[in-house]
Amino acid sequence: MKGLQRQRGLSVMNAIHPNRPPGAPERTEDAAGIDIVGLTKRYLTPKNETFTAIRDVTLRVEPGQFCAIVGPTGCGKSTTLAQVSGLERPSAGSVRVHDQLVDGITNGVSYMFQADALFPWKTVLGNVLIGPVLLGTPKKEATVLARDWLRRVGLAGFEDRYPHQLSGGMRKRVAMAAALINNPRILLMDEPFGALDVQTKAIMQNELLALWEELRPSVLFITHDLDEAVALADKVVIMTSSPGTIKDVFDIDLPRPRGDVQKIRHEERFLELQGQIWESLKDEVTRAYKQSAGVAA
Amino acid sequence: MQEQEKAQASELKVSARRAMNRRTTWVWAGRAILAFVVIGGWQWFTTEGWVDKFFFGQPTEIWNSLVKLFTEGTAFGTIWENLWVTMQEAIYGFLLGTLVGVVLGILLGSNKYLSEVVGPYIRIVNSIPRIVLGSIFIVAFGLGVFPKVLLAAVLVFFVVFFNAFQGVREVDQNLVGNVRVLGASPLQVAIHVTIPSAMTWIIASLHTAFGFAIIGALVAEVLGAQQGIGLIISQAQGTFDPNTVFACMVIIAVITLGAEYLIALLEHTLLKWRPPNRSEAQAI
Repeated sequence: MKGLQRQRGLSVMNAIHPNRPPGAPERTEDAAGIDIVGLTKRYLTPKNETFTAIRDVTLRVEPGQFCAIVGPTGCGKSTTLAQVSGLERPSAGSVRVHDQLVDGITNGVSYMFQADALFPWKTVLGNVLIGPVLLGTPKKEATVLARDWLRRVGLAGFEDRYPHQLSGGMRKRVAMAAALINNPRILLMDEPFGALDVQTKAIMQNELLALWEELRPSVLFITHDLDEAVALADKVVIMTSSPGTIKDVFDIDLPRPRGDVQKIRHEERFLELQGQIWESLKDEVTRAYKQSAGVAA
Repeated sequence: MQEQEKAQASELKVSARRAMNRRTTWVWAGRAILAFVVIGGWQWFTTEGWVDKFFFGQPTEIWNSLVKLFTEGTAFGTIWENLWVTMQEAIYGFLLGTLVGVVLGILLGSNKYLSEVVGPYIRIVNSIPRIVLGSIFIVAFGLGVFPKVLLAAVLVFFVVFFNAFQGVREVDQNLVGNVRVLGASPLQVAIHVTIPSAMTWIIASLHTAFGFAIIGALVAEVLGAQQGIGLIISQAQGTFDPNTVFACMVIIAVITLGAEYLIALLEHTLLKWRPPNRSEAQAI
């Protein structure tokens, strides 16, 4: 049902923009803004107590903007993403995507998790073409599209491998191709590069930036890594822990295209911004650490 | 310098191969000795009269019984006919039990309400001695093939069912979230995530399940039949002929090993996406 609705939506868009060649990614007007207003999410713990994961979060992500959320562990960053994707319902407040209230699964969203959510029983090609297939694209077209995407992430020739035969970085590339192949209006990334080693991480960040600049979806990017947030994002949001609320929002005015994330780290403006944000983040991290240490003791 | 390295490399390979060959030889020698000690000891003890061959049989006599079964046949037709009947019962029972087990397992695994309603009853039925159901089936459905298929299916069902159920429960929720965000319907979630993921568990259960199918068919035949290996066994028991019982056991063992091999092949094709298993159990 959902797939059908989405297809209809797509064909309407094609009718509005008849000049756009099929499969062309350049459509900034399609990137959807995200409006989060007064979002609160409470869970019932097994002990029958209520636990407030996030409280009164209000945030706006402009269409095509890259927004990073930074905060200590357990501050409800992932919960926020789940509300935006529609996988969970908010307890209070609302999320609007493209001026439409999120109610059920949001259309045109792709998710990228920290643990690579690849199908271990599908080949690399099968993993990437699942997106278009679920939208009802014929298998043949989907295969062509998937091959093209694998080439774009530098995995041509690996189509028939299985995920366990790839390195961590390669698996991330597959996940990235799978997330971007449907040309999402919104890309939700939950610490996508958290488990990678430093060098691979830098390479993946560069590739993500390049692909993002081509497609320009709106991005909500969760990370622990402040450097990563500043290097990639237009806007960095600091969240406090338990319950998660927004503490500060910083605009990152580093020019685009950013180029090499490894080099940008040494620029003066980068260090300045990073220093400012760290001042805000520092207290939160220490507080969260003390709390968790207290629990452990 | 390079020459030297090459020479060293080839020397290393040769010695590795030699060590490997030596190991294989020793393993096979050990196996042969073990078989010789057990079977030879049995033969020796019974020949000397320390163990009564009237009750416990004798390897040479078992061999003679085997030869007789295949050349002269039995009171109920040739051994091939009887074997075919038993195999049919086991295979149909296996297929029926697997099918029902997989369908119910996946259904109950993915529907919490259903599993809570039906769950206790399945546990109750699982705890009764199901072999006894064979008597009821034979009384109800006669001496034909059908009651045997039914008993085999009942034994297979529980093994497969619990594995399928568990397999569905162990599905990675990240994967489910991922395809749901991509717009998958509940049916698509089942096709693309739940069923392939549960497949590992289901196939692992098939190894044991086929053994149970054979047991079900044999026991039902012992309880009452017109043809089949189980009937030959119960007949031999009645005439104090342990050698024929052992001969039938050998035949069934060979069949089960063959089936096991086929299931392993199936497992290999269906689960070729899995990383090579390094567990020790695999080596046996």
